[in-house]
Amino acid sequence: MIGVIDYGAGNITSVSRALSHLGRAHRVSGKPEELASSTHLIFPGVGAAGSAMATIRETGLADLIGDFVSSGRPTLGICLGCQIVLAASEEDDTPGLDLFPGIVKRFPGDMKTQARPLKIPHMGWNRVVFTRPSPLFAGIYPAGEFYFVHSYYPLPAEEDLVLGRTEYGISFCSVLGRGNLLAVQFHPEKSGPAGLKLLDNFCRWDGKDAL
Amino acid sequence: MLSKRIIPCLDVREGRLTKGIGFKNNQDIGDPVAAACQYYQGGADEIVFYDITASAEKRGILIDVVKRVAERIFIPLSVGGGIRSLEDMRTVIGAGAEKVSINTEAVLNPALVETGARAFGSQCLVLGMDVKRTGRTIETPSGYEVVIHGGRTCTGRDALAWAKEAADRGAGEICLNSIDADGTREGYDLELTWMISSRVSIPVIASGGAGRPEHLASVLTEGGADAALVASLFHYKSHTISGLKNFLHERGIPVRLL
Repeated sequence: MIGVIDYGAGNITSVSRALSHLGRAHRVSGKPEELASSTHLIFPGVGAAGSAMATIRETGLADLIGDFVSSGRPTLGICLGCQIVLAASEEDDTPGLDLFPGIVKRFPGDMKTQARPLKIPHMGWNRVVFTRPSPLFAGIYPAGEFYFVHSYYPLPAEEDLVLGRTEYGISFCSVLGRGNLLAVQFHPEKSGPAGLKLLDNFCRWDGKDAL
Repeated sequence: MLSKRIIPCLDVREGRLTKGIGFKNNQDIGDPVAAACQYYQGGADEIVFYDITASAEKRGILIDVVKRVAERIFIPLSVGGGIRSLEDMRTVIGAGAEKVSINTEAVLNPALVETGARAFGSQCLVLGMDVKRTGRTIETPSGYEVVIHGGRTCTGRDALAWAKEAADRGAGEICLNSIDADGTREGYDLELTWMISSRVSIPVIASGGAGRPEHLASVLTEGGADAALVASLFHYKSHTISGLKNFLHERGIPVRLL
């Protein structure tokens, strides 16, 4: 059973629908006790970092995520869930779960491409170039296009945490992780066949070996 | 680099497509669920459902369509037509839409843009704008006026001023439809699209006038549009999404290829 964390931050039913489409049994819940026995854990999320982190701490989900990662089971953060694994975010000046060293920064306001200003949020389909091998990328490697919606981006403090990069005015880390904890800044559940493949790879993964 | 999005728009009325789609040997002509799935398979970047007849009583049919589509396709879905309240937004988002588009109601009640953006996030909220060329006047210094009620009612509001206001109020995107170009198949209004796109900080989806692949190339370059809404180009003609994207790709325009 795959656990999907629902902490009230945005619409996570699309993740649930994608898992159903893949034929993966899952449970959506905001209660740590209902998720603790899961084989895999996904924490999606859109919305503001400050209120999301407050909810995660109050409800005991922060401890659940920490324990789950320590247990070695496969864990996947999506979008905001990718940002909160780092130590802190510039958004609302929020401390994160600090599972990896690094911070979350806002895209600079003056980015340009071909002399035209780049819009924020970064919204739409963009290319992810996989910079390190990961079980998530089986069948998609070396690159794919995925759907993004975000104004802040993760900046891990250690280069070997960076698994994929995307260009939007700057080159930023769009996939990060180590061991059994992986996180993607884009929305695989909204990224067509490539996104479904990535989610399916995660569901088939044991948290250790390559697929 | 961010890809330019190609977005098929499905006009739905009481659960059926109002424009026929030129699928060959397809029994499901007129079924919006089948059409959406076909577009998804073909490489659409997003799909818009627009129901001009939607009202509180009749929305159930559209909601059912959205639910069935959301189970089958895994790209963003956007729903517009007759959205008048937070409750309406909640219903379509709950059915599986990522985005809701508000048009007439946003003009009549601009606070709805703010409350909608606060409740669901700006990324959920698309401002639909129907715009008519007026020439520069004191009321409309940009030369374009906002019209509502599907183009039947002139508001006297300047299009550029409204676009900026809506962006400030929290709209996450603008879907900009030229009433003059709509249905002509002679190309998007490039001047209008560039004027809005270059002056607001949020993405602009160009709408109205696509008749040939060249029109999309123009609006995505000269027009500065971030995305193009396409209806009849796919509905009536033999153009496919992948064919269109290859055309754009060959001209150096970044698009997502399957």
